[in-house]
Amino acid sequence: MSLIRIIDANKKYPNGVTAVYDVSLSINKGEFVFIIGSTGCGKSTLVKMIYREVKPTSGKILVGGVDVAKLRNSRVYKIRRKIGVVYQDFKLLNQSTVYENVAFALEVLGLPKSEIHPKVLKALDLVGLKGKVKQYPNQLSGGEQQRVAIARAIVNGPKILICDEPTGNLDEKTSFEIMKVLEEINKLGTTVIMVTHDHEIVEKMQKRVIRLDAGRLLKDYSEGTYQNESN
Amino acid sequence: MKAIRILGRSIRDSFKSVFRNFALSLASISCIVITLIVVSISIILTYNVNNFATLVEKDVTIVVFLDTDVTDDEIRDIEEDINKLSNIETCTFQSKTEIASDMMESSSELKAILEQYTDETNPLQDTFKVKVTDIEKIKDVADAIKEMDKVSVVKYGEDMIEQLVSVFDIVKNVSIGMVIALILVTAFLISNTIKITIFSRRRQIEIMRLVGASNLNIRIPFIIEGFFLGALGSIIPIVATCYGYTALYDNFDGQLFSPFIKLIEPSPFIYQISLLLLVIGVMVGMIGSALAVRKHLKI
Ligand SMILES: Nc1ncnc2c1ncn2[C@@H]1O[C@H](COP(=O)(O)OP(=O)(O)OP(=O)(O)O)[C@@H](O)[C@H]1O
Ligand SMILES: [Mg+2]
Repeated sequence: MSLIRIIDANKKYPNGVTAVYDVSLSINKGEFVFIIGSTGCGKSTLVKMIYREVKPTSGKILVGGVDVAKLRNSRVYKIRRKIGVVYQDFKLLNQSTVYENVAFALEVLGLPKSEIHPKVLKALDLVGLKGKVKQYPNQLSGGEQQRVAIARAIVNGPKILICDEPTGNLDEKTSFEIMKVLEEINKLGTTVIMVTHDHEIVEKMQKRVIRLDAGRLLKDYSEGTYQNESN
Repeated sequence: MKAIRILGRSIRDSFKSVFRNFALSLASISCIVITLIVVSISIILTYNVNNFATLVEKDVTIVVFLDTDVTDDEIRDIEEDINKLSNIETCTFQSKTEIASDMMESSSELKAILEQYTDETNPLQDTFKVKVTDIEKIKDVADAIKEMDKVSVVKYGEDMIEQLVSVFDIVKNVSIGMVIALILVTAFLISNTIKITIFSRRRQIEIMRLVGASNLNIRIPFIIEGFFLGALGSIIPIVATCYGYTALYDNFDGQLFSPFIKLIEPSPFIYQISLLLLVIGVMVGMIGSALAVRKHLKI
């Protein structure tokens, strides 16, 4: 059974813009999926529906068998604990250290210190930041900050990791380092969904690719079949 | 266990954030300080005015002097007539012999003078002391008694009482009006300051939502922070109230203008006010935070 199933999802924003139009797709456990398309075609809106930041106007969004579209606002936190999210702008707490930023995700869940400590170190080790636990975000490079954000997203061991343009602010070399980290996380069993504009990365990785166009699903390339058609 | 850990961390985080966001915390605290000082002054004012009013009401007596040739029957009639009037609390008769003996006891000079008279030649007059329930209508009572037969003079501190009563009323109304107006203004200020504080930390709220904190979980640190801000904000007003009022009381020797108007004693009055200020401060802080954070939660 697929981990995520989107069935006839539509999203019309209150201002009248239809960002997602009749999209249906399913993603299996352990997959690595890119979502691509031109600016404003609804990529972010589509992934936001998965972690229930946005509620679809119609359609079903099944995550692990639960229709998150029907989830009440006060219950959204339950789905958030199963999905890690990484953004282009990192969203770190600048007044907290690297360690505190990652530990924060577990502290709000009420885990004891004795459980938090090894998990945080493991996550920071995985993203290659074990030596920088005491630094503050503004003392780190963009790539390093993004690794902190990734560590925070996976520290709770989520089944799904959603990354919305995680390399959008990073140079080519750093971007590929981040991709290595994501691939590593995927190999450990986490399903990774990544929104990107970077065709080079998509081409090089040769994973499944979903192309959107004006809110519609234009093409779904299975693993190893993607070719850059935009140039 | 989990809940206790979350609460403990919330307390720690709110403590940190009060200091990390010191400028904004200071703004919220200042608002609370101003409100509480105003509240404190108003409470002191209204309570003292109320106290004066009760003291005055208790003390004010109409003294009715009867004609010298009044008979016992007539005295009884007059007493009955007075008691028939509305707004009478007590009406006590004092004969001229009683008054004379009271006076002789109070001073030896008076004694020497009064001893020259017998009961028959006593130059004093029989009197009634009348107390009223409603001080504002004392004039009506006095006027009615004046009309009675065999009543020679009716005395009460006419002008003083009337002025005092109207001054008390004005002070009371003005201070209540002031309190309401200022509380509204400062409540607005506080909610705005806290909104700015929280707006500056919407990233923190966003991240908490992102990593799966429940709404209650997100709110608790802010509410605790509001509690701290309120408690911190009440320190200066409480100290000011305690020292200020005690100093005022000592300075005026516990009375205002005349021994007639007594101030409320500082203890336990100042402690009661302090407790009230702390409670108001903490409530305002907590409610302000809870409302302000609500906007950033999708509920
Ligand atoms: N909160 C919102 N309210 C109204 N309209 C929105 C909102 N968010 C997005 N939109 C609109 O929906 C459309 C799709 O937006 P979305 O952010 O999903 O695009 P995107 O593919 O992620 O674009 P980009 O590549 O620039 O990030 C756009 O036209 C956008 O203006
Ligand atoms: Mg986007």
